[in-house]
Amino acid sequence: MGLFVQDKDIVVPGQELAEGMDYLPSGDVIREKDKLISIKVGTVSINNRFVKVIPLAGKYTPKREDLVIGEVVNIGFSGWRIDFGWAFEGNVSLKDAVAEFVEKSADLTKYYNLGDWVLTQIVHVAGGGKIIDLSMRGPSVRKLGPGRLVRVTPSKVPRIIGKQGSMITLIKDSTNCKIFVGQNGYVWITGEKPEQELLASEAIAKIEAESHISGLTDRMKVFFEEKGITRKE
Amino acid sequence: MNNVRKDHLLATLAKGVRYDGRSFQEYRPISIEYKISSKSAEGSARVKIGKTEVVAGVKLEIGEPYPDTPNEGTLMVNVELLPLSSPEFESGPPGIDAMELSRVVDRVLREGEALDFEKLCIESGKKMWIVIVDIYPINDDGNLFDAAALAALAALRDTHFPAVADEKVHYGKLTTTKLPLKHLPLSCTIVKTGDAFLADPSRVEREFEDARLTVGVLKDNMICALQKGGDAGLTPEEIHHMIALAQEKTQELRRLFP
Repeated sequence: MGLFVQDKDIVVPGQELAEGMDYLPSGDVIREKDKLISIKVGTVSINNRFVKVIPLAGKYTPKREDLVIGEVVNIGFSGWRIDFGWAFEGNVSLKDAVAEFVEKSADLTKYYNLGDWVLTQIVHVAGGGKIIDLSMRGPSVRKLGPGRLVRVTPSKVPRIIGKQGSMITLIKDSTNCKIFVGQNGYVWITGEKPEQELLASEAIAKIEAESHISGLTDRMKVFFEEKGITRKE
Repeated sequence: MNNVRKDHLLATLAKGVRYDGRSFQEYRPISIEYKISSKSAEGSARVKIGKTEVVAGVKLEIGEPYPDTPNEGTLMVNVELLPLSSPEFESGPPGIDAMELSRVVDRVLREGEALDFEKLCIESGKKMWIVIVDIYPINDDGNLFDAAALAALAALRDTHFPAVADEKVHYGKLTTTKLPLKHLPLSCTIVKTGDAFLADPSRVEREFEDARLTVGVLKDNMICALQKGGDAGLTPEEIHHMIALAQEKTQELRRLFP
């Protein structure tokens, strides 16, 4: 009875994590009879009675209210189609994107054109993910200017943002770049100098590679100090 | 159609910086590992250029020589772009990219006379060795052309003939005789993006390339193969410049094969 693993242990699919009804399955853990079993390769996270596995890698599954980064790939009569790295494209309808009155025959490319990149929010997921509605209304969503795209594993996104955004603030302050992180693992970096963008992308790659080892924030501070960066406070 | 990502890449290159911090003509670190599959192939190698990884295996078969070359053996190069190596690749019959890759590697090896074809003939007009090179990208982070050519060459250098008894090939048993190699043709790919000429293009640089030139170069800087790709045209001066760059870079790559 009880737990078979400790917090932050690395587990494989099919591994038994706990026995008995004292523990409850959470993300990527299932219950089989009275045993909790992992379905992914990842690290264990135990929160009171909840046992969860944070996968080391994996694809993104859209969830309502997630902010994602994507590309405009199609324009219809009343909206845009966005590719954000999921099997199906998301739909932005005109009413969710433009505040002013738009004539029936208006040219929609003046708002969002093919090849534009946007930070957008998922407002509705239906049909097992086949139908995704996105919105361009809200405090954070925007059209993205020139920048470079870095892709990371979606399960690492919380570590790139950090607690209350501490990690992303550290990178932004140290590199002087604007950084937008989508829950789909797409990161958009815009800086004044290419060298600063390079440093930001190196920092993000380091977080992605080392996020399962504890003491990450301290190591990232050392990383920037070694590069000779002193943070503006 | 506008493309904010390409515009940004061009602006970065215009300031003399590549996305991964390399200089324009710098290769990523290259590693070559031999005998990765000593049980099933007569020769094999794994080549890594940065995060790009390619494995190649060599199989030897006995067959009948072609009527026009009765005294020569032959070479076959196959590339399969595994879907696991890139989100762009689909399973199924080889597409245009896989065909181009295999034919470019084939041409570099064949026209650069990597193999001594006459020594692959066992009996004139009756029996010859067929050398089959199978190339599989494990991860595509750009520059599959050079990685595939290096892997093929490394695998050929690793190849030993299998034992032959009673007209039959005994595949499990390898002899100490190596494949008869003649020259060491190396391939170097230069891409033109905007006004920049880049060696060893990364995946994003390949995505937004204007033109690409793969050059096969021999030891004395002799060119043995050329393949141009991409939508944009190249001026004769640009082609000369790219060939000169490729000749310079292949001299560096040659140190991988002492």
